[in-house]
Amino acid sequence: MTAILRVLLRRLVTSLIVLIGVSMLIFAIARIIPGNPARIALGPNATAEQIERLSAALHLDAPIWVQYGYFLRDLSRGDLGISLYTNRPVTADIAQFLPATLELVLVAGVMMVAIGLPLGVLSARYRGGAIDNAIRVFSLLTVSAPGFVWAVILMLVFAFFVPIFPIAGRISDSYSIPAVTGFLAIDTLLAGDLRAFGNAAWHIVLPALALALSGIGQAARLTRANMIETYDRPYIEMARSYGFPEGRIARRYALRPSLIPAMTIIGLDFASMLGNAFLVEAIFAWPGLSRYGVAVILRKDLNAIVGTVLIISAAFLIVNVIVDLLVAVINPRIRYSQRSA
Amino acid sequence: MKRTLFILLSNPLSLLGVILVALVVLCAIFANVIAPFPSHAGAVVDFVNFNKPPQWPSIMGTDLVGRDIFSRILFAYRISLVLGVVVLSIAVPVGVVIGLAAGYLGGWIEYCLMRLTDVFLSVPPLVLAMSIMGVLEPTLLNGMLAVTAMWWPWYTRVVYNITRSEREEGYVLAAEVIGAGPAHVMFREILPNCVPAIVTKMTLDLGFVILIVSSLSFLGLGVQPPTPDLGSMVAEGARYLPDSWWLTVFPALAILVAVFGFNLVGDALREILGAEQ
Repeated sequence: MTAILRVLLRRLVTSLIVLIGVSMLIFAIARIIPGNPARIALGPNATAEQIERLSAALHLDAPIWVQYGYFLRDLSRGDLGISLYTNRPVTADIAQFLPATLELVLVAGVMMVAIGLPLGVLSARYRGGAIDNAIRVFSLLTVSAPGFVWAVILMLVFAFFVPIFPIAGRISDSYSIPAVTGFLAIDTLLAGDLRAFGNAAWHIVLPALALALSGIGQAARLTRANMIETYDRPYIEMARSYGFPEGRIARRYALRPSLIPAMTIIGLDFASMLGNAFLVEAIFAWPGLSRYGVAVILRKDLNAIVGTVLIISAAFLIVNVIVDLLVAVINPRIRYSQRSA
Repeated sequence: MKRTLFILLSNPLSLLGVILVALVVLCAIFANVIAPFPSHAGAVVDFVNFNKPPQWPSIMGTDLVGRDIFSRILFAYRISLVLGVVVLSIAVPVGVVIGLAAGYLGGWIEYCLMRLTDVFLSVPPLVLAMSIMGVLEPTLLNGMLAVTAMWWPWYTRVVYNITRSEREEGYVLAAEVIGAGPAHVMFREILPNCVPAIVTKMTLDLGFVILIVSSLSFLGLGVQPPTPDLGSMVAEGARYLPDSWWLTVFPALAILVAVFGFNLVGDALREILGAEQ
């Protein structure tokens, strides 16, 4: 257990360093903006005095490292500033929009692992056969288009031509669920409304699948590649010569060591869904962070841009730390390493 | 080289990839010759023929201001490919040099360079490009800049890993023993061994640059109208689904076909060059 704790600690420290780096990077990008942000925020009719007042309030006249210091001080208090677009605290905006995006990403992540891994295992087990070829073409095809292309195709096929799923939105308008956590899966259950839960679940299938498809392909490809490498190892041959059934060899002996290298990349893919969710949300009118993110970027709303990117990057890092931990848990070489130390 | 080409053309899937890539590249180069309405790549309005379903001579239909969608797709390919080549010709040298330096020189240089790479890899690629595009004006040049900024760290990672393992090989030690300087060892000894991995990744990435650029324009942060772009065409048409399906379906398929082609070739190259090592 101590070895896993050590991994956790080391990763947390590196993540913190990286996160500070990210905050500097984003902050620098946001400040190289051409023109005075205060002028842009106030619009063309602002007087020089108004601009000066806002500049002073935003500390825009101070040197950039001083501005960064102010930013860090506010950040440590959980204050990301006021969005010039919505006139509300950026944290309140993000808290409102993030749950819908997280819900979408989580469901897509589950789909990616639950569909992608078995496909990869099947592909490796029947290597060179018809199943393998079909899965390989399928997974290459899925990684060949961005989420919005799949969103359009899935929507046309499964919401218009064969109307199984709803076209857009997160839940039908007839349900009014009080927002407690912002996660509809939890809120509907808290409200004790199972039909609303089912309705929300029905709504999330297509957007989540559109978001997950390229991840599914990627997971299948990685699992296959790593498993094929493992299949060449002598201990698999030994298991075969003992007459173990192929299914058991695949699950118990070939899959597990193959998961370790695959999982790191799958974790990265999962985390990058946070960004790709922007593409899918737009097509399915999903009320997540996407519309807000694009709106603040187009309006050059500095605080909101910095806040949104920082939150997404933090979530990205957290996912990666969790994946590293999972790898440490299933990898005995880490689990049992330096036990005596 | 000849053998690689032979293997590439003898497998039906990679042959399909080569054909698709050749098709896309030819379309891009000869866009003004093939396109039935070359002027429709710009701000042209034809209100007599607006929003027409596929029919002769507009085999993919016309958009909301009457421009031929097929012609616009051809020109969009041209811009995407130029973008891809420019992005890679900046990102690859930068990424490779940083990767070589970090992997070979080691010490605090390695630590700083790799943490810098981690920072760039820690922002989801699309979000990083979006924020750069956001604060700069969304123009073609800034689009290249934004995509380049998110691309180099991946090459750094690849080259760094290879360099780390090659650093201890006999031929590197031999070169060091006879007095070769770090620049010679990095660029003349180690770099040639990174080339297969780099070439493979570049083939795959040409497709992915098309994918990312179209994603940015889909969000309204990339190539600006009236310049044709596959992503913005999908975004504009998506509001008119399913009735005017041709507005979105053809540009969406155009992205799929191009990226699929590059992926098929890249994948085959990886297998062939990987097996040779």
